[in-house]
Amino acid sequence: MVHTPEQLAFVRTETLPAQAPPATAAGPVHWLRANLFSSIPQGIMTLIALYLIYSFLVAVIPWFANGVWDATSIRDCREQLDGARGGCFAVLSERWPQLLFGNYPSEHYGRATLAFVLLFVALAPLLFSELPRKMLWFTGLFPFLAYWLIWGGSIWVPVLALLGVVLGFVVYQLLADRSFFGAIIAGVAASMLFWVYLVGPLDSALSAIANISLDKVESREIGGFMINFILGISSMALALPLGIALALGRQSDLPIIKTICVVFIEFIRGVPLITLLFVASVMLAYFLPPGSNFDLILRVIIMITLFAAAYMAEAIRGGLAALPRGQYEAGASIGLDYWQSMRLIILPQALKISIPSIVNIALSLFKDTTLVSIISMFDVLGMIGGPILSSTAWFGVYWELYIAAAAMFFVFCYGISQYSQYLERKLATDRR
Amino acid sequence: MKNSLLLGAVAAAGLVAGAAGAGTLEDVKERGKLNCGISTGLVGFASQDANGEWQGFDVAVCQAVAAAVFGDPKAVEFTPVTNKVRFEVLNSGEIDMLSRNTTWTFSRDVDLKLDFLGVNYYDGQGFMVPTELGVSSAKELDGATVCIQQGTTTELNLADYFRVNNISYEPVPITTASEAQQQYLAGACDVYTTDASGLAATRAAFEDPSAHVILPEIISKEPLGPLVRHGDDEWGDVVRWSLNALIAAEELDITSANIDELAAGTDNPEINRLLGSEGTLGEMLGLSADWAASAIKANGNYGEIFEKYIGETTPIGLARGLNAQWTDGGLLYAPPFR
Amino acid sequence: MSLATDPPSQSFRLSMLLNDTRYRGYTFQVIALLALVALFTWLISNAITNLAALGQDIDFGFLGQPAGYDINQQLIPFVSTNTHMRAAIVGVLNTLLVAILGCILATIVGVVVGVLRLSSNWLVAKIMSIYVEIFRNVPVLIWILIVFNVMANALPSPRAFRGDDPDASMLFNAFAFTNRGVYVPKPVWLDGSSIVVGVFIASIIAIFALRRYARHLLYSQGRELPVLPLSLALFFLPTLAAFFAMGQPISLDYPALKGFNFQGGLQIRGSFLALWLALSLYTGAFIAENVRGAILSVSKGQSEAAASLGLRPGRIMSLVVLPQALRVMIPPNISQYLNLTKNSSLAAAVGYMDITGTLGGITLNQTGRSFEAILLLMGFYLAISLAISGIMNLYNNSVKLKER
Repeated sequence: MVHTPEQLAFVRTETLPAQAPPATAAGPVHWLRANLFSSIPQGIMTLIALYLIYSFLVAVIPWFANGVWDATSIRDCREQLDGARGGCFAVLSERWPQLLFGNYPSEHYGRATLAFVLLFVALAPLLFSELPRKMLWFTGLFPFLAYWLIWGGSIWVPVLALLGVVLGFVVYQLLADRSFFGAIIAGVAASMLFWVYLVGPLDSALSAIANISLDKVESREIGGFMINFILGISSMALALPLGIALALGRQSDLPIIKTICVVFIEFIRGVPLITLLFVASVMLAYFLPPGSNFDLILRVIIMITLFAAAYMAEAIRGGLAALPRGQYEAGASIGLDYWQSMRLIILPQALKISIPSIVNIALSLFKDTTLVSIISMFDVLGMIGGPILSSTAWFGVYWELYIAAAAMFFVFCYGISQYSQYLERKLATDRR
Repeated sequence: MKNSLLLGAVAAAGLVAGAAGAGTLEDVKERGKLNCGISTGLVGFASQDANGEWQGFDVAVCQAVAAAVFGDPKAVEFTPVTNKVRFEVLNSGEIDMLSRNTTWTFSRDVDLKLDFLGVNYYDGQGFMVPTELGVSSAKELDGATVCIQQGTTTELNLADYFRVNNISYEPVPITTASEAQQQYLAGACDVYTTDASGLAATRAAFEDPSAHVILPEIISKEPLGPLVRHGDDEWGDVVRWSLNALIAAEELDITSANIDELAAGTDNPEINRLLGSEGTLGEMLGLSADWAASAIKANGNYGEIFEKYIGETTPIGLARGLNAQWTDGGLLYAPPFR
Repeated sequence: MSLATDPPSQSFRLSMLLNDTRYRGYTFQVIALLALVALFTWLISNAITNLAALGQDIDFGFLGQPAGYDINQQLIPFVSTNTHMRAAIVGVLNTLLVAILGCILATIVGVVVGVLRLSSNWLVAKIMSIYVEIFRNVPVLIWILIVFNVMANALPSPRAFRGDDPDASMLFNAFAFTNRGVYVPKPVWLDGSSIVVGVFIASIIAIFALRRYARHLLYSQGRELPVLPLSLALFFLPTLAAFFAMGQPISLDYPALKGFNFQGGLQIRGSFLALWLALSLYTGAFIAENVRGAILSVSKGQSEAAASLGLRPGRIMSLVVLPQALRVMIPPNISQYLNLTKNSSLAAAVGYMDITGTLGGITLNQTGRSFEAILLLMGFYLAISLAISGIMNLYNNSVKLKER
């Protein structure tokens, strides 16, 4: 049936303006109903949660608000507080450099800070693939630069150490066509020989010509949050290649190699890090030639590296296992040998898959560096429990220091885990 | 792979420390620094100021030895060590001597092959309780919860004492003094036990020291002193006599104020022999003639060191007690310098 | 003429060891083995030389000497005249106790938090994610110290229970929450109590049998039994009947304030509670992440299908989503259990006398036998880790999706 205009009494020529939705279907009330009070049990949970938040805030806020930031000792703090409840944060303002740098000479704080800033420059190209690849050169240089900045001494030691690496790389390049594995061995051997036999004499010769050096800082003076960073970063960097080697060894068809790798990985993963640190601080000296004796930091780095490498190997093994069998077969079918197919096809993909778990290992490793306080190294916890709390001025302070340490770790670890999630999202879109 | 990594890292970092050879004294002289093991932190005995300088009663012994060897009390590197690792670190040659409130016991001296060289502090284990409990003797502590600062021989003394007196108790072992203090103040234990010097230091740091009382019982002998590795007698002599020099100096009234004057020569032959203006005591030790004078100048004589770090004018406020000179009824008795 | 050519037959040459892929593997392995043997020989000979130079030896004889110290939490009787060996065993049992209870509590915390983090309640989900992030990103050692001291300061000390108008009072006159631990009533077993316990165990078995039978009935005939009321009846009635029939052979020993402390009852010590809670909350945060990931990995279609069958949200979670998520979360959780067990070695920070506190702590300090003590310590942790991963892998294999 067709309507003619004359039959209609009223024709609307324009649409009505949209009405505001009812208060219960939009706005804050709707949000509250949907997200907090959607049912009775949900409402009860919300109320319980609100109560918990309230009681937490009531307990904590006055403590922060009344905090004393400027005092010379805990007795001074108590006088200023005059019976009120409040934190004695003055210990943080006075001992802040010690928390960060330990007993590092205060005139050289700038050097340590510079190394810390450069660390991020060096890490940036590894973390964000958008950055120019040329920055990787700086990443390669960074360990030597950081060593020089932090420990000081003659510049020629790190320069010659770097030369040793370059030499090893050149040897590897020359031999790489013949056999990848042989070339690696030869390269490492060349670097070793250079380091052991030539660095010492060359250093004295070059220092005689041009003496460029920074004031030397002893390892025992390094401490605080700085040592957590040094241990975490260097162990991570050293553990990655070792972990790859162990993972490949564990996957290999050669029974003896495989057994060695499995025993090593399972042994390290089976014992707590603290026992390995005891080994580093107490037992390692017995296993070295009589009279030889080297730095505690180095011994601890070795142990943490071995520890991290075993976990890393398992993460990478997961990546290797996740690759489809076809990838291995494709490599073989175009005539690549084992090392070629690993280097060109398998590892790039496997490493990419295992990046999230590698980041998680880095995170827990960084947190585990606090355990060195138990073997009398002055990391941030060691610094708090040792020198700071045993000084006559601050004996009796407690929460302020531990909360500060917890906050420092939280900032860095939360940053790393956020990065890891960013990376997971990015890699997930890549795969589509 | 492991080994090559290790060697490479050593070579690259160039961190190989000097090898420990036959004679520690020669090694120390060659190195130009004394490596001294101290506590990781014990109020009054070893702690750090805001500039990271170590100071304290045990630290002063290290400084005196360094001054005796080099004439410079600053020529010393401090290595803080915990209970667990202290003897291993000493035995591995990482440190030359340990001055870290370590109790001199038979098994340590004989079985662990260590050499104790004297006593710089006579301590003993005691108890502290809140005044409100109304306890006046440790014998009344039946059924109490006891916070123990895990230390030198604390746990063993406690177990022995309570077993002998047939008292039951509940031990709560705690690793550091600050943890123990937290637990004790919160009432998680009724009694806090550690060396009497530690109790005094802890009590002095309380908001209201008068609310806590140290019980009269001292249940153990804790002679604390410096120690070195077994079998290096020359080095042991250097440390032993540096400590004795500090004690003798107090007995002979040699102080950091008058030492320069006395060193020029006096009419007391013992002072002259000690300070090197007469005889060849320094030469016999393999040190310079003014070795003892330098050791005393470092922080003063024993009495001055005591007053400076733990004496009654400091917040720790320890009385001399057993640690007075034998002439004042104490136990300090330096053998003659001749 | 055949297409397949035989490999050229040639006599064995030494260079084939390196160049021929058939032999190269063996060459590498022999080299690796020799290098390893050489390394160990070198290390061990160094150790022997060093120990000889110090006049020391490796001797486990100290384990037979009297320990001389007391241990507060003892699952087997221990006095200070017992040997170091027995002290080590007490420590082992304490480690196992905190590890096993820690794994259980961490799983409960992890599953609850993981599920609540996906809750539609905005506030609850946010609180849970704050909990997870804070606990995951701060070292466990700091957490142990913080939990220990929060407990010491937040809970009343036994002194507060004293007097006519005490600051704190016991719950139901049976439970006392103090900063020295929680005191709970302890069952006292009298004659005939074994029969009651036997009946109780039998009724538990009967409940499982009932559930099996009910499921069988449901699947084969479609009949549903009232499982819950029947189970509850089975749980309580036979045991209660036996209890009264035997003349109430089990009574409770209530804690009471006497002298300095609560006496009687069962004391769950503060150090144990602090370590247990800290480890469980820390590991629970990681498990919560595994649980959340596993739940998200179950495809949405599964829960939609369950919803279209008319299941309520709670049952969708427990019957459809969680069983499927379980398979995904078991392998990562195994390594969390291992981590928890290994982290329990930080017990020394709160004075909990686990194996690191007895053998690796006081025994090591008193005897100075660090070499031997650390070797034993590592051996123990290795054994326990291998046992846990062995058991959990068996479990994993039993619930794994059977691929045919």
